[in-house]
Amino acid sequence: MKFLTTNFLKCSVQACDTSNDNFPLSYDGSKCQLEQDESIEFNPEFLVNILDRVEWSAILQVAADLGNTSLPPNKPIFEDKNSLNEDDMAILRDLHILLIQTSIVEGEMKCKNCGHTYYIKNSIPNLLLPPHLA
Amino acid sequence: MSDAQLKEQEYVHDVYNEIASHFSETRYKPWPIVTDFLMGQTMGSIGIDVGCGNGKYLAVNPNVFVIGSDRSEGLIGCAHGINSHYNVMVADGLHLPHKDNTFDFAISIAVVHHWTTRERRIAAIRHILSKVKKGGRALIYCWALEQKDSRRGYHIGMDQDVMVPWVLHATPSNSNNSSSNSSSSAKGKKHDHEKPDLTGIEPKDRAAFVTKWKQEREEQRAREKAEQDDLEKKNDDKESTTKYRFYHLYKEGELEEDCLQAGGSIVNHGYEKDNWYVITEKQ
Ligand SMILES: C[S@@+](CC[C@H](N)C(=O)[O-])C[C@H]1O[C@@H](n2cnc3c(N)ncnc32)[C@H](O)[C@@H]1O
Ligand SMILES: [Zn+2]
Repeated sequence: MKFLTTNFLKCSVQACDTSNDNFPLSYDGSKCQLEQDESIEFNPEFLVNILDRVEWSAILQVAADLGNTSLPPNKPIFEDKNSLNEDDMAILRDLHILLIQTSIVEGEMKCKNCGHTYYIKNSIPNLLLPPHLA
Repeated sequence: MSDAQLKEQEYVHDVYNEIASHFSETRYKPWPIVTDFLMGQTMGSIGIDVGCGNGKYLAVNPNVFVIGSDRSEGLIGCAHGINSHYNVMVADGLHLPHKDNTFDFAISIAVVHHWTTRERRIAAIRHILSKVKKGGRALIYCWALEQKDSRRGYHIGMDQDVMVPWVLHATPSNSNNSSSNSSSSAKGKKHDHEKPDLTGIEPKDRAAFVTKWKQEREEQRAREKAEQDDLEKKNDDKESTTKYRFYHLYKEGELEEDCLQAGGSIVNHGYEKDNWYVITEKQ
């Protein structure tokens, strides 16, 4: 699953919705295996609009879980979305590599509220709950 | 688990997992109104496809980010195999692992009819809408009761809760599954020792040794043959296996009613490919 997907994944347990710890999930950096797929094309206009919909603090947390602490503390903002300058493009290119080209192919993630562990296998996260939690 | 959940496990989830690869081969053509809905989304918007199956709608519009989820691990595996760039996950449609008020749009094509009670179908639509932003829209398709001209011939007046057969043929594309593999290896098993190895056997004991060796070999062959017959029988059985899936066939106006009950407003509705569809908007 793409790094970007982590921004849209919370714990499936309904009871955890009342806590603020069910998102983002916490990723076990020692068990997560990352891959980069350079065949996915860079589309700056797409990415700028995606960024509007992203929770930056969650990006920072997951990146840190996975050993990347070099991101800017605040979400990048672009003066004029319709004419992106060189600097904007450089930032977007980096984010494209992180959010779109990088995926977690094997790994584990945990809810910080209930502690339930979910697994990623062959790039596919499984968020199904065992019957007693569903 | 409740009765409804048990029924869905047996007559929906287990079946989709069993028929996944075969089912996936029949699902590749996007329906026109679904395509229009997806193409109408703006650049860089985000959406969910609940019950995405093999993911046939996930790459229709390359300029949106769609997360597809399905309860069937088998079908999600097929989706990933078809296109490894699809964003897919295994999840239940009533327990979606997304925050509320997040997505610009949602689709759920031919899924809601699989919940076995009206309460659960409405809850599923409400749950999908909960993940969409205010003013966001969801396109929902359900199988129609009114399909007199289709192969199945469902029509008004019938019971709306039906068991729909899926005949599972053992096609060549299935031949890489484990049982036919072991069957062919049993068939092809070499008998390495066609003659007994008499080295170190006293001449006086040789006759008895050979007799025992022959007997053991016969027994071994009989075992292998029985094993092989068993496997072939299994494969034959599989050729004619019929699996039943539960469907609630929607009658005209019913899906609109369920969407209203779920708290959505009706933006558009109609009939396409033996299905009723509704575009419902989050208030
Ligand atoms: C008729 S198929 C449609 C698949 C896909 N939407 C398409 O149009 O090709 C129904 C799908 O609903 C999924 N499904 C059934 N119950 C579900 C549930 N409770 N949660 C998530 N998916 C479910 C099945 O696994 C199956 O993939
Ligand atoms: Zn939790």
